[in-house]
Amino acid sequence: MEELKLYTYIAVFGTFALYFAIAWWARAGSTSDFYVAGGGITPLQNGMAIGADWMSAASFISMAGMIAFMGYGGSVFLMGWTGGYVLLALLLAPYMRKHGKFTVPEFIFDRYYSKAARVVAVACLIIASLTYIIGQMKGVGVAFSRFLEVDYALGLYIGMFVVWVYAVLGGMKGITYTQIAQYVVMIFAYTIPAVFISLQLTGNPIPQLGLGSTLADGSGMYLLDKLDLVVTDLGFKEYTTANLGGTVNMFAYTISLMIGTAGLPHVIMRFFTVPSVQAARASAGYALVCIALLYTVAPAVGAMARLNLMNTIEPTAGQNLEYAERPQWFKDWEKTGLLKYEDKNGDGKIQYTADPATNEMVKVDRDIMVLANPAIANLPNWVIALVAAGGLAAALSTAAGLLLAISSSISHDLMKGILTPDMSEKNELLAGRVVMTIAIIVSGYLGLNPPGFAAGTVALAFGLAASSIFPALMMGIFSKKMSGKAAVAGMVSGIGVTMLYVFQHKGIMFIPGTSFLGDMGKDWFFGISPNAFGSVGALVNFAVAFAVLKVTGPAPAHIQEMVEHMRIPGTVSAAHDH
Amino acid sequence: MEENKETYWSENLRLIFICLAIWFVVSFGLGLLLVEPLNAIRLGGYKLGFWFAQQGSIYCFLGLIFWYGAKMNKLDKKYHSEG
Repeated sequence: MEELKLYTYIAVFGTFALYFAIAWWARAGSTSDFYVAGGGITPLQNGMAIGADWMSAASFISMAGMIAFMGYGGSVFLMGWTGGYVLLALLLAPYMRKHGKFTVPEFIFDRYYSKAARVVAVACLIIASLTYIIGQMKGVGVAFSRFLEVDYALGLYIGMFVVWVYAVLGGMKGITYTQIAQYVVMIFAYTIPAVFISLQLTGNPIPQLGLGSTLADGSGMYLLDKLDLVVTDLGFKEYTTANLGGTVNMFAYTISLMIGTAGLPHVIMRFFTVPSVQAARASAGYALVCIALLYTVAPAVGAMARLNLMNTIEPTAGQNLEYAERPQWFKDWEKTGLLKYEDKNGDGKIQYTADPATNEMVKVDRDIMVLANPAIANLPNWVIALVAAGGLAAALSTAAGLLLAISSSISHDLMKGILTPDMSEKNELLAGRVVMTIAIIVSGYLGLNPPGFAAGTVALAFGLAASSIFPALMMGIFSKKMSGKAAVAGMVSGIGVTMLYVFQHKGIMFIPGTSFLGDMGKDWFFGISPNAFGSVGALVNFAVAFAVLKVTGPAPAHIQEMVEHMRIPGTVSAAHDH
Repeated sequence: MEENKETYWSENLRLIFICLAIWFVVSFGLGLLLVEPLNAIRLGGYKLGFWFAQQGSIYCFLGLIFWYGAKMNKLDKKYHSEG
């Protein structure tokens, strides 16, 4: 255990030192550096930075665990969180880059010539980003407390300090270069254990192929067939066909995640950092390469972790593990309370079944699958240390991107754009840094005292992005006539419908007991879960916007000309202010 | 020049439409709506519908973005010498 701790300290603080060094080297000198890294990032660099920005603690730690327990149903996350990049590359990124501004609300302001639209966009952005950050801050605290056995709060303070140093000092420029380093750390930390485990189980070192291969135990059976057999024997749903709330729900869920991904401002912002329209298209491609490296490995990690877990507990059918002989990782995770055993039939053995009456594994937290995976597979200590550093890299890089989105929307859109338009560049840069510091403190506070609604935040962030920001941006580019009034009406009704649905089933601001329709599948509209409702909100947004447009008339001629201009790449200047 | 702009945009829209049709078919079509019949076909140890949902759709997305980018670069060159 001591050796593991030493390796973990080296991996974690070694990577932190690297981030600091990069931040010092890439510190920002102008607002252009601070908001868009001077517009000089290459597509490959931007792709890696987007990968780190996008892949959060949820992607790194939780996703494979969700797939492990949902099986086929987990596909909604895989398709949803990658398919959004096709929409970004085809429908949004090139045109928004051509327009050449710093922030998403600024684009909305220019296109819809309306301060109200800008304020609505800022509000959506802040709510979506803040709820998202809480999850990252919790991830940092948890990673520290589990791997380094320091206090959760102390871990959180260390994480806040690290982000503060490189995000406040470097702005977008510093964040971009640290994110590139964090991407590299994260992808090695994720794939190395997967390669080892795939090799152990199937003899094939490539996890994507290993998942479709036969087992190396001499049975000649395919891994997925074996997994299906093992889980159905115990009464669980068949792994490769287990559905997630029906086809309609999976459909709506996938659409919501796709358009939510394409509408998240901290991701869109990254496309303002490249020098041209062509580079914006290319960086969406590189971003998806970087993301797919992790996302195509995740199903293998999930399935193999589930099989290893099942095999540990029941090595051969009917021969269950004695509780007294459980392995060390089992004991370690029991200490954290994320794994719980209860000897219901008093035979001293572990029965893990789908039936709550006989199941003795009373708690198996999904989040432990990625973190415990290397230990379950008996991998060397340095691999486990690497996973700790990778989890922290995933959480910190996403937090930094979100903080930048928040601070730029306040200092650039609210202060410079609406309240004090005559602010100098130097003061705006200072304001950006002050706002970011405040945002770090607020998100740290929320990480320490997670509000009751923390569990529902994914629905909120993606619901907001999908039902308000994505439709507004898309109509702004593809419908020349779309007017400000119509777009604002669409955004407000899209958010309204989505929030009403989430709140009526999950409680107002997620306070338990205030849900007026109950969180019951039978009350759901066509069986669509609240998490998946952003897609319906987006439809409402489009419908209302076009209806209002019909009644109130099209956008003025100079706006239509601006859209024409946006559609033609031509020569593009670096992202600028006005 | 005006005419050029219009044909450039309509060619772009045609490409976007083709790409989004493929995007829809590989994910929502093969990975979701047609998953059951496709699962009768095997790709090694993978059931084909399951493979599209968890692997194949992502590879197709990648191909689509790069194909669209390459096509658009050509289109940019054709219509705007400076592009």
